[in-house]
Amino acid sequence: MTLPYGTVSDVACLAPTLTPPSPLDTLRLLLLPSHRLVQIMNPFALIGRTFLEFLSATGRLAWFAGTSVMHCFRPPFYFRQIGRQVVDIGYFSLPVVGLTALFTGMVLALQSHSGFSRFDAESAIPTVVVLSITRELGPVMAGLMVAGRIGAAIAAELGTMRVTEQIDALTTLSTNPYKYLIAPRLIAGTLVMPVLVLVADIIGVFGGFLVCVYRLQFNAANYISQSWQYLEHRDVASGLWKAAVFGFIITLMGCYNGFNSKGGAQGVGAATTNAVVTASILILVSNYLLTGLFFADK
Amino acid sequence: MSDAVPKIQIHGLKKSFGDKHVLRGLDLSIGKAESVVVIGGSGTGKSVLLKCILGILEPDAGSIKIDGVEATKLSGSARDAHLAKFGMLFQGSALFDSLPVWHNVAFKLIQAQGMPRKQAKERAIATLASVGLSPAVGDLMPVELSGGMQKRVALARAIAAKPEIIFFDEPTTGLDPIMADVINELIVKCVREVGATALSITHDMASARKISDRIAMLHEGRIIWQGPKGDIDHSGNPYVDQFIHGRAEGPIRMQVKRF
Repeated sequence: MTLPYGTVSDVACLAPTLTPPSPLDTLRLLLLPSHRLVQIMNPFALIGRTFLEFLSATGRLAWFAGTSVMHCFRPPFYFRQIGRQVVDIGYFSLPVVGLTALFTGMVLALQSHSGFSRFDAESAIPTVVVLSITRELGPVMAGLMVAGRIGAAIAAELGTMRVTEQIDALTTLSTNPYKYLIAPRLIAGTLVMPVLVLVADIIGVFGGFLVCVYRLQFNAANYISQSWQYLEHRDVASGLWKAAVFGFIITLMGCYNGFNSKGGAQGVGAATTNAVVTASILILVSNYLLTGLFFADK
Repeated sequence: MSDAVPKIQIHGLKKSFGDKHVLRGLDLSIGKAESVVVIGGSGTGKSVLLKCILGILEPDAGSIKIDGVEATKLSGSARDAHLAKFGMLFQGSALFDSLPVWHNVAFKLIQAQGMPRKQAKERAIATLASVGLSPAVGDLMPVELSGGMQKRVALARAIAAKPEIIFFDEPTTGLDPIMADVINELIVKCVREVGATALSITHDMASARKISDRIAMLHEGRIIWQGPKGDIDHSGNPYVDQFIHGRAEGPIRMQVKRF
C-alpha cells in the first residue's frame, strides 16, 4: 500500500513498536502533517522555538567570533592575505565612502542653515557640521556603505568557496581556514575602517565648507576657525573607535555568514543578504551603546 | 614499523546528522601503498567517510587510526602533522579561483611547508608536466580551463607535496569517457610514482576497476562487501551485483520521502 509520503513499510519503521501498525496508528500517521500544522500555529510553541533558535544562533556566532579572534593573535600570520584585504576593504572603498561623506556634509550644512536661520543661529552651523560628522555621521555612514560593499563581497566569496569545497580543500592542504580566510579579513577590517572614517570626516567637513562658503556666502576663514573652536579630541577619537568596532562587525558578519552558507547558489545569496542586514543592524545598535559609553558624562 | 600495521584502520565509525544516520559502524582497513575504492550509491556516506578521516567532520563514535595512531579528536600540532600526510582530489576540483594554476598546485608547499615561491613554482610546473599540462597552463586562472584540465590540475595539487595518503572523491564525475580514462590512467601512474596509499570513492565502475587493488561496497552506512577487484563480478552479494550492473530491480531500494 502506498501512502502519500511513503510506503506501509516506512510507516512501520517509524512506529514505536515492532508490531504491525494498527489502523488507528496508520490513520494517526496519515494525519501527521495536520498535527504539525497545529504545532506550527501554536503561538507558545512558535515563541519558544524562535527564542531557542535565537539563543542557538547567538551561541554559534559567539563561538565563531571567539575562535576567529584567537586565530588573529596566533601564528602563522598570512601578511600577504592581510595586505590584500587592506587594499580591498580600504583603498577600493574610498570612492564610495568619500562620495557618501561629501554629500552628507553638504546636505547637513544646507539643512542646518534652513533650520538655524529661523532663530538666527547660522554661526553654529560649522560646529554642528563638524561634530555631527566626526561623532556620528562619518562612522555610521561609512560603516553602512562598507557593510553593503565589503560585507556582501566577503559573504559571497566565502560562501562560494564553501559550496565548491574550496574551504575543505584548504584543510587538506594543511592550511587552517580560520587563519587563512577569516583572520586576515578581521584584522584588515578593524584596522582600516578608522582610516577610512578619518578620510570621511575630512571630506564630510569639507562638503559642509563648500556649501556654506560658495552657496550660503559664509566667510571661509571664519568657517574654519568656527569648526576648530569647539572640536575636542574625543569627538574625533570616539568616531574612530566606533569605526574600528564597525569594521570588526562588518567583516565578522560577512565571514560568519559566508563560512556557514549551505545549499548552492541560493544559500550563497541568503548568506550575502544576511551578512549585510545583520551587520547594518549591529552597527546601529552598537553605535547607540558606544555613544552612551563615550558621552555618558555629558 | 611492521608492515602488518595498516596505513588506515577504521573501526565502528558512526556519524549522524540529526536523525539521519549516515555511517552506522563502518569497518575498513587499508594497507600501505594499497589502492582501495569504496563504491556505493549517492547519499550512502562516501564523502562523509573521507571527511571524517580528514577531521573535517567529527565522528560520533568509532576509531580511525593512521599508521596505528588514533586520529579522531586531534588538535594543534598533532592535527597539523596528521593533515600533512594527506592529499585530496575533490569531486568538483575545488581549485582556488583567485589564484593562478601554478599557485594552486604549489599552495601546500608555500603555505604549509614554507618553500620559497620561486622554488615552489618550479616544482608546480614539474608536477603539472607529470599530469600532461604545459608550463604555460601554470599562469592561467582555473576559470580559463576545461573540466578535464581542472581535474588534472587538481590531481597535480593533490600529489605536489608527495603525500603518504591520497583521497580521490568521484575523480571522473562530469568527464567524457575518454577524459575519464585519461584521468584514471594518471591516477594510477601518479599514485605509483608517489608510492602513496589511495582511498577513492566513486560510483563509476570503469574507474573503480581501473584504479583499485581492492573494492569495498558501502551501503546504509556499513561496508557490506569487500575483496580484490577481480572478485567483484562473482561476489555472490546481491547488493554488489545490482550496483555493478546498474539494475533498478534488486535489494537496493531508492529512498522515498519519510515523514
